[in-house]
Amino acid sequence: MTHAAAAHSAHDDTHGHPPTSTGLDNKKIAIWAFIGSECMLFASLISTYLIYKGRSVVGPYPHEACLPPGCSTPLKAILNIPVTSASTFVLLMSSLAMVLALAAVETKDQPKTTTGEKILGSSKLWLWMTAILGTTFLGFQAFEFTSFVHEGLTIRTNLFGSSFFTLTGFHGAHVTAGVLWLLTLLAIDYRRGLGPKDAINVDLAALYWHFVDVVWIAIFTLVYLIK
Amino acid sequence: MATTAAAPAIPATDSYVGTSGVWSWLTTVDHKRIGTLYLFTSLFFFLLGGLEAGMIRWQLAVPNNHVLSAEAYNQMFTMHGTTMVFLAIMPLSAAFFNYLIPLQIGARDVAFPRLNAFSYWVFLFGGIFMNASWFVGAAPNGGWFGYAPLTTLQFSPGLNIDFWVLGLQILGVSSLAAAFNFITTIINMRAPGMNLMRMPMFTWNAFVVQFLLILAFPVITIALVFLQFDRFFGTNFYTIAAGADPLLWQHLFWIFGHPEVYILVLPAFGLTSEIIPTFSRKPIFGYPVMAYATMLIAFLGFGVWAHHMFAVGMGPIADTVFGVTTMLIAIPTGVKIFNWVFTMWGGSLQFTTAMKFAIALVALFTIGGISGVMHASPPADLQQTDTYFIVAHFHYVLFGGSMMGIFGGIYYYYPKMTGRMLSEKLGNWHFWLMFIGMNLTFFPMHFSGLYGMPRRIYTYDAGQGWERFNLTSSIGTAVLFIGLLIFVYNFLIAGRRGAIAGNDPWGAGTLEWSIPSPPPEYNFARIPRVTSRLPLWDVKTPTLNAEVPHTDRGDRRLDVDVGTKHTGHSHPNPANSYPQQATESGMHIEEATGKSAKDLGIPMPNQTIKPLICAAGLTIMFTGLLFIHEDKHSLAIATILTGALIMTMSLYAWVLTPLEDHH
Ligand SMILES: [Cu+2]
Repeated sequence: MTHAAAAHSAHDDTHGHPPTSTGLDNKKIAIWAFIGSECMLFASLISTYLIYKGRSVVGPYPHEACLPPGCSTPLKAILNIPVTSASTFVLLMSSLAMVLALAAVETKDQPKTTTGEKILGSSKLWLWMTAILGTTFLGFQAFEFTSFVHEGLTIRTNLFGSSFFTLTGFHGAHVTAGVLWLLTLLAIDYRRGLGPKDAINVDLAALYWHFVDVVWIAIFTLVYLIK
Repeated sequence: MATTAAAPAIPATDSYVGTSGVWSWLTTVDHKRIGTLYLFTSLFFFLLGGLEAGMIRWQLAVPNNHVLSAEAYNQMFTMHGTTMVFLAIMPLSAAFFNYLIPLQIGARDVAFPRLNAFSYWVFLFGGIFMNASWFVGAAPNGGWFGYAPLTTLQFSPGLNIDFWVLGLQILGVSSLAAAFNFITTIINMRAPGMNLMRMPMFTWNAFVVQFLLILAFPVITIALVFLQFDRFFGTNFYTIAAGADPLLWQHLFWIFGHPEVYILVLPAFGLTSEIIPTFSRKPIFGYPVMAYATMLIAFLGFGVWAHHMFAVGMGPIADTVFGVTTMLIAIPTGVKIFNWVFTMWGGSLQFTTAMKFAIALVALFTIGGISGVMHASPPADLQQTDTYFIVAHFHYVLFGGSMMGIFGGIYYYYPKMTGRMLSEKLGNWHFWLMFIGMNLTFFPMHFSGLYGMPRRIYTYDAGQGWERFNLTSSIGTAVLFIGLLIFVYNFLIAGRRGAIAGNDPWGAGTLEWSIPSPPPEYNFARIPRVTSRLPLWDVKTPTLNAEVPHTDRGDRRLDVDVGTKHTGHSHPNPANSYPQQATESGMHIEEATGKSAKDLGIPMPNQTIKPLICAAGLTIMFTGLLFIHEDKHSLAIATILTGALIMTMSLYAWVLTPLEDHH
């Protein structure tokens, strides 16, 4: 060890904040704890959906179903998998945009010469892109919800309606919160410019965004794809 | 006893412990003040919950009594349980988390001081919200467990359950916000040398409890969301006619509910684990095992929930699995009991009031633990479930365990919080009255339960063999009240008349005793270097600490790199030394200087009212939902939007304002 380092630590103790135990920012640890907690939230919602799958006593049903006896009049599936695949793709792309937004903020100080570097280095562009893709996903969800209501499925219709709208609605609310977070970051970016020192705050938004995205993958698989 | 000479009494001036006045309390972000607020508020709710218990025991004292109507009785036992769990024991623990965690790990505050203030205000408003139900004559009446479908609109049409559901949602926000904060604090704000395996046992228990909170609370949040949606928006989660599973609520509730038991009792275990070594003049026996046992209890705690549901007929396989996992938890719990006993074994015991409460915890919790293992066996449980035997069991766990530990903690830490000692003489009376009253109240319940007396009945006929037991229980409750009154008197007068405590009245070994009592606003003028699990004993009574391992590797943040293991009383411990600055090495003691943070150039977070406003907005938002059932829809929407607006705006104002002035 060097004398200077020791003197520096001693200085930190009295005149500033001591370094953190892990070297990580406090906010980073808190967001991971928050995400851990959110996992249990969505796990409860998803398990309830799965437990209630096939227990609705009236339609509409999520997937093609048969009414006993036999399968004389197969019931129409209400879930629109092609459309939801498209919205899932949009949400996945938003995560890519989020990664680029964070990279752009982290490397704000590095000189950019080529057009490619300038495009990749524009935090505003990628934050907008993430927010717009997120909003598009919400648009898809609004479309899906309205068409379900037109087909006679509301949150009160049956167990499927209750558990489906609550689960996807909670997810949609999380995406909405994420979009508001992104817009807040954009407002700061326009006001004073986001730089490497803000990277931690963008990183938090990114972690949250990716988490919400991963939850959607689970929902898409368990609710839409598995019959 | 290794007490320091009483520190020269430094007047607690504004500059020293912070400014005074109501506004300073409303805007405080100091973890010690927030801890104090938690302590006073939750003691108030504890007395309220105690009064509710008193009403219950008055009603049940004799057969066919009519002090309370059946409806009032339902409200009384529901609010007693809800209050004791969510408004008394949890926030009493939170009071200690707040006050002690930063002091025990050598930090100047929690990681997010404003979030901490927010947690307190949400708790306070949530408690007020829940109890406001009394004033509109609609106190919750569905039991603290709120079983659906009983609590759905069809069977509970009044506002009672609305208050309960919304109140718990508000309180959940408080617990979760606090848990994120403490997890971050403990992971990230430990003083140099404070490795995880050096953390005081209370901090260890607190750490594990925070994980239980963040993993268990979301589950009840969702169960409550379903109930809320069923009641307000007509969903079918608990509508049996729509095909709903009548056990959905029970599963979700107990997945939360069993870990909740450990949320309630582990903090008291932590306090006991601080008290017993100090008054045995020995380091705790089997420290690493204690830490691992705590983690194991928490881990297993998530896999036993269905032992609350043996009577619903889950089938032999589920019954067996949950019976076995439940019995397994007795192992790490037993390890703790034995470790406390072995800590006392061969120690020079000092029977202070705190120590008496701690020993009482060990004894009484063991009784509760043993009856717990009894109904871990499904056939036995079928005889005991829904009888007073269960009431006896969980009161031995929660009163004999949690509350005894918390009272011990109050006697132990009151000097640190106020700078003055509680009266040991009154404490002795308090302890014995409480100990006798508690056993007199709850031990007979084992028998009334085995004689078949069911829980939650508001009265009973004579001639079933229950009279003596019930009368004894009610007399015991009266004894408890006398003990409690003595405590309240002691608590209130000692702040002015108690003996001056000094830094370390008990000769303890952990960091919080190395600083003045009450601690200055910045806690530590100089962040300590932690040399072992009991760093203060390294300085004051190294012989007591000879067996405790000392630093065997350096601390990255200190650039100390030492590969050899040091044990024993070599002090200052070389591992944490600066070769060039010997005076900076090792542990130090801070005497009261009366210097403010400003004098010392220590940056402190600014006081702010925003967390309080944000918490108020949140509560207003939830209150709005109540109007839906009054059919005042526009009022409901207006209130909800107003609350949301207040909450969002104050949240933005809070987040966009830096925590402290630039330095
Ligand atoms: Cu349990």
